[in-house]
Amino acid sequence: MTQRGNAFGTLHKGQGIDRMKDSAGLHLKTYLLILFMVLFAPLGNVLLSKGMKGIGSAKNWALADTFHIFIRIITSGYIWLGIACLLTFFVAYMLILTWADYSYVQPASAFSYAVVALLGYFLLGEEVTPLRWAGIAVICAGVFVVGRTHPRTTEKARC
Amino acid sequence: MLREFFFLFVIVVAGTGGELCVSRAMKRVGEVHDFRPAALLRFVLRAMRVGWMWMGIGMMTLAFFSLLAMLSIENVSLVVPVTALSYTAGAVGALLFLHERISAQRWLGVLLVCIGVTMVWLSRR
Repeated sequence: MTQRGNAFGTLHKGQGIDRMKDSAGLHLKTYLLILFMVLFAPLGNVLLSKGMKGIGSAKNWALADTFHIFIRIITSGYIWLGIACLLTFFVAYMLILTWADYSYVQPASAFSYAVVALLGYFLLGEEVTPLRWAGIAVICAGVFVVGRTHPRTTEKARC
Repeated sequence: MLREFFFLFVIVVAGTGGELCVSRAMKRVGEVHDFRPAALLRFVLRAMRVGWMWMGIGMMTLAFFSLLAMLSIENVSLVVPVTALSYTAGAVGALLFLHERISAQRWLGVLLVCIGVTMVWLSRR
């Protein structure tokens, strides 16, 4: 009775430690990749913005005008640098989605909205009004609320 | 104004649809345990064999060019936060399309994000 009790006790304890390790590891790699996403996505968007401000928008969206804009887009260094940053973001995003829920990852990456405003203000000299900063702060509050939920609510995928 | 709404609509709908497709493809590929470059390359190639991945990439490309068009008109500090409207679409899509369970706390977070987006849009001149 005692032995069986101990055996069960050991089993439960072992399973509990494994689960804790799994959970801690899961959270660590999730946060690490979210950090990558939060840095590279805003940087990519700021570079795209810099490139597009230099190119300008199509005036009447006629075919010839749009084609001319398209050629300028694909020959812009800023656009390609921006795409490289966004690809880095995308790889991190793809990796994280293999274990975490989409509905967790998407809001958690919203910190990038604060970073993009900071980069827009400091690097591009954009005017960011107090109302805009407040709106971004509310977005971050939403991110904080979402971040306190568990990354996975569905079963592990079978390979 | 109509032009901005159109681009925003495409960014939100095509972007969210694309992400949902990619998410579905990733769940099919399985969790990544090996982060070495060769293993990651094999992982990417495996992902490219899933049909949902290509559908997702197509929709995200459409969203990307709409984002470029929007960035040529408005500031990045407005455009990017406003695209967070996709959170509502994303949560609903994840619930219906990926069968994820979304807790009340997550819905609260999504709601806060939406309020923030509205404030950012109102800061537009």
